[in-house]
Amino acid sequence: MELNVQDIAAWIEKSNEKMQANKEYLTTLDQEIGDGDHGINMVRGFQEAASKITKQDYTKPADVLKDTAIMLMSKVGGASGPLFGTAFLKLSMTVKGNDTIDFGTFANGLEESVNGIKQRGKATEGEKTLVDVWSKMADYFRREKDFDQDKIAEEAKNAMEQTIDMMATKGRAAYFKERSIGHVDPGSASSFYIFQALAEVIGRRD
Amino acid sequence: MKKIINDPNQVVQDMAEGMVAAYPDKLKQLPGTTVIARKDAPVAKKVGIVSGGGSGHEPAHAGYVGKGMLDAAAAGEVFTSPTPDQVFEAIKAVNGGAGVFLVIKNYMGDVLNFEMAAELAEAEGIQVEKVIVNDDVAIDDQSSRRGIAGTVFVHKIAGAKAEQGGSLEEIKAVADKVVENVRSMGMALTPCTVPAAGTPSFQLAENEMEIGIGIHGESGIERKEITTADEIAKELTDKVLHDFEFTGDAAVMVNGLGSTPEMELSIVNKQVQSILAEKGINVYQTFVGEYMTSLEMAGCSVTLLKLDDELKALLNASSHAPAFHG
Repeated sequence: MELNVQDIAAWIEKSNEKMQANKEYLTTLDQEIGDGDHGINMVRGFQEAASKITKQDYTKPADVLKDTAIMLMSKVGGASGPLFGTAFLKLSMTVKGNDTIDFGTFANGLEESVNGIKQRGKATEGEKTLVDVWSKMADYFRREKDFDQDKIAEEAKNAMEQTIDMMATKGRAAYFKERSIGHVDPGSASSFYIFQALAEVIGRRD
Repeated sequence: MKKIINDPNQVVQDMAEGMVAAYPDKLKQLPGTTVIARKDAPVAKKVGIVSGGGSGHEPAHAGYVGKGMLDAAAAGEVFTSPTPDQVFEAIKAVNGGAGVFLVIKNYMGDVLNFEMAAELAEAEGIQVEKVIVNDDVAIDDQSSRRGIAGTVFVHKIAGAKAEQGGSLEEIKAVADKVVENVRSMGMALTPCTVPAAGTPSFQLAENEMEIGIGIHGESGIERKEITTADEIAKELTDKVLHDFEFTGDAAVMVNGLGSTPEMELSIVNKQVQSILAEKGINVYQTFVGEYMTSLEMAGCSVTLLKLDDELKALLNASSHAPAFHG
């Protein structure tokens, strides 16, 4: 299976729907170990990204991903804007020129996304940040051979839940030190919604 | 939530328009942004000073825009860093050909967004330098210390240096000096509510206070039963003095977080001054009032800046910024 430009556009639109539906939950998570704005910011960013994408005709998946990156960088704010923006920008750069994206290319793109997030945020695995979901997903894609709706959603959920037991050492949650343990990392939760949206787009194609 | 607003999603835009309307001869809003700049920006051959950050800290940062202080301030959403495109617009608007200096508070979001803006500016051939302010001694690890009220001294001193014709390198040097010599510590009695969230970001019981809290309600050092102003002032001041060796002359700032009356700030200041006198520290100048707030949070912070002759002269230089009269 390969993802075409409509699939990628649907992925962003579905991600937006999930952010909207879970705005309160993301806000609550961020009030527990952050400053309470993560849900509001992600909703604003994805809404702008989705509305830009639905208004335009695209021929290449890379252009959809690039516009998503630019909208996230310029509309989300906080640390999340540059970090999620970087993730989509790296993915876009990897698939540049392709009409469709095969599994291997997508896996390479995710690898680039993870490296980009780590570099921009000066973070690594285990610090209770979105790196923990994106990195686990990059590992998963490297191991597997084809897109599988259920496995992608399950893997992302597990990765998100693994952040509960971590102590934050990056981002605002780090100020809470030991008190950050026992909570889901908000950036990992919104990352989970992004991969859950991807899984649903794949399910639609199966 | 009980607030005097129109639409929670419009608070920053509405505020920016209102601020400029109050000082139409001094300030302008850059079209399509929530950046507030000096009316006469860019000033030819002067290094432009740009700061900014999340909104909700008023009068920071736009209140410090004016001759002798900042050239522009980029206002993000409430408690959220401005985005790279906004900061980039600010940089372009104040570049008078001598480069632009960024004053950034040490929060991951601010640092990432300002750094991306600096990269965009450098790609257009604008020379950019920066300082990252981390004056909050509530955090042990120096690299993760937050930027709080001490940032206002960096705005003042870097701004004065630029106004006097300082080069980008000279401004960087004096801003670094301020950051090395400034320390702050805060506390809160009540939380605050981000308009778009609608509910308070944390809870404190009626008899509780939190020592070392951040200006976005980030967790502090400890929660305990509220005590007297003298004891609160002593705890904050001692922590600052313990972190850095203050000798000779110092500037003092007793900053209100949003809903603490000046009466209480003055009561805190009385004790701060007596502690400093006891330690033989000479208070050169004192600032009591709201300089770096956290919406309607009740609480205060104490900031000390060790001064040498250069810093004294720059602190004394004239400022036309609406919220800082020097």
